[in-house]
Amino acid sequence: MKSAAAAWCFVAPALVVIGLFFIAPVIVALAMSLTDFDIYALADRGNLRLVGLRNYAQLLQTPLFWQALGNTFYFVVVGVPLSIGVSFGTALLLHSRVTRFQAAFRTALFAPVVTTLVAVAVIWRYLLHPHYGLLNYGLGRLGVPPIDWLGDPSWAMPAIILLAVWKNFGYNMVIFLVGLQSIPEPLYEAARIDGASALRQFRHVTLPTLVPIVTMVNILTIAGYFQLFAEPYVMTQGGPLQSTVSVLYFMYEEGFKWWNLGSASAVAFLLFLLIFGVTAVQLWLSRWQGVP
Amino acid sequence: MVGSDRVSSSRPTLSKTAVLGVFAALLIAAGCERASSREIILRFWAMGREGEVVTGLLPEFERTHPGIRVKVQQLPWTAAHEKLLTAFAGEVTPDICQLGNTWIPELVALDALEPLDRYVASSPIVDATDYFAGIWDTNRIGGKLYGVPWYVDTRLVFYRRDLLRDAGFSAPPRSWHEWTQMLAAIERQSRPDRHAILLPLNEVEPLLALALQGDEPLLRDDGRWGNFRSGGFRRALAFYLEMFQRGWAPVVANAAISNVWNEFGRGRFVFYVSGPWNIGELQRRLPADQQQSWTTAPLPGPDGPGASIAGGSSLVVFRASRHQAAAWRLIEFLSQPTVQRHFHALTGDLPPRRASWQDPQLAADAHARAFREQLERVKPAPKVPEWERIAAEMRLVAERAVRRGLSAQDAARELDARTDQILEKRRWILTRRDGG
Repeated sequence: MKSAAAAWCFVAPALVVIGLFFIAPVIVALAMSLTDFDIYALADRGNLRLVGLRNYAQLLQTPLFWQALGNTFYFVVVGVPLSIGVSFGTALLLHSRVTRFQAAFRTALFAPVVTTLVAVAVIWRYLLHPHYGLLNYGLGRLGVPPIDWLGDPSWAMPAIILLAVWKNFGYNMVIFLVGLQSIPEPLYEAARIDGASALRQFRHVTLPTLVPIVTMVNILTIAGYFQLFAEPYVMTQGGPLQSTVSVLYFMYEEGFKWWNLGSASAVAFLLFLLIFGVTAVQLWLSRWQGVP
Repeated sequence: MVGSDRVSSSRPTLSKTAVLGVFAALLIAAGCERASSREIILRFWAMGREGEVVTGLLPEFERTHPGIRVKVQQLPWTAAHEKLLTAFAGEVTPDICQLGNTWIPELVALDALEPLDRYVASSPIVDATDYFAGIWDTNRIGGKLYGVPWYVDTRLVFYRRDLLRDAGFSAPPRSWHEWTQMLAAIERQSRPDRHAILLPLNEVEPLLALALQGDEPLLRDDGRWGNFRSGGFRRALAFYLEMFQRGWAPVVANAAISNVWNEFGRGRFVFYVSGPWNIGELQRRLPADQQQSWTTAPLPGPDGPGASIAGGSSLVVFRASRHQAAAWRLIEFLSQPTVQRHFHALTGDLPPRRASWQDPQLAADAHARAFREQLERVKPAPKVPEWERIAAEMRLVAERAVRRGLSAQDAARELDARTDQILEKRRWILTRRDGG
């Protein structure tokens, strides 16, 4: 009993902070999503209507919400495997015994993660420029006609994915690198004695040991990629033809640009449920596969 | 022994000085206290470049108005809207503020602004009839005046004189019909690296300017419903879409142009619908031998010179301010023609009153002359708090029509549907107000 009281004393400060700055706002937001809070309600609380689930019902009938959802899924489904693949590939290259100047490369490849996105966006807008961009110049040498990366509705999302992958792969790369470095050398030694080729060593030693790390990286990356916002915000403002409007961007416009805080809160909750659902499925899958 | 003696003997003197000093300090502080309680500190929020420049004008105001000090807070345009609403919610609004005139209806809906009619009625400086009518009108809502125009912004035609001459025309277009002929003639030259006109798809202003030229209002029934199905808007939209369909305008957003001034200098397009800030930009960025090759012209209308948008910023006084009379003094100071000319010289912003334009320097500016003419024909956008959102939808629907080949009729119907949904709350409030 006494030790329980002591324990509560220890966790109380953290609980108070979490309650005040996380749980309470979430409850307020949930309540707000059941109202039509907007600038009229800001002027006079008498203009606030309790609308029940109408915000949710209306959202599900808004074509732009579905488009934003589609765009976000597109970004996640293409971006996450690409991002993790690039991270893993570069981690393997960096870990390889034949790589020289490892530290320099590691720093250079990690640099995009810590660079300000706004500065990166300026450079990337030049790289992606249809007439003068380096990317189109390179493609032109290969005989590919110029692509209007940020101006063409079907190319804008691939351009955003390219930028996001380049910007973020360094983070997971470092995690993978740590994972690779922590695989005990005797395992490889034993495999070599058994006559395993490099490929088989990779399949039967490297990959299985890395599964917990891959699972964690997966969950974090997917949750992060679902919250796509800054890249379209600085590069395309959701355009062209709203092909780069993500769910979060949609929520930002609804809430902070048009001040419809009621329906913006509803968007936030739908996104929360979505990420929660996807993460739960992933955890269940990893448990089903027997990963601790 | 001697030392201690000296210390003890000097002590009273020291403490006497200290007491005197403290006393003197208290006296001074009290004096200051009295002075600062008489001195009014005006909190003035200004945005972007104007916020920087206005600080240079204020010493003169403070010199001629002893007892009033102005504290300027500069807001970036991108954060200003949010900050104003947050300030209202937190009851920390400034005394006086620069406000984009399309934001006025929203802040009036919040009942955050003080009506200025009684101040204007007795003012020797602010003369309503001297202001361009369309600009003045943007500040009137429900018969009351909520702001005084500070500078104006409208859209008209920038064009390459030399390239237009090459196509066989010596004067700029005055009507849509003439404009169409010129655009078609430039297109017939079929230069692969040239378009007749640039209308960036991420800007709604060119389309809005054309739409305001019609006689029918864009919203009907006191802003309860969209009126985009009206003949006027459909004609404007059809003309706008035609420019893309015929290949006169490239299907691009600004991001694809990156440096619009260089491209204009290179002759990638002949016409460009834009605002007054580009006079300064083009003068600065194009080489000296190209300065003769471009100029401005009023916006062509359906039949003869047409209207354009009445943009720009106004100065407003907040209802919660305790220094409204002093804030009005500052508005009067900034509205004087001499101050407005100085402000124009510093920023390039165009003055909103005719008296300020009677100035040798402004009169000699050939590029500004078209703006002077256009300002007599500017029209406010519908004055409802939801307008900015409706304008954003207008841009999106127009972009969809350009890229996906929607007809003007279908696009107008779609725009009406979206507008009616946005205005649902406004209808509810108006009905309730009329009912109760």
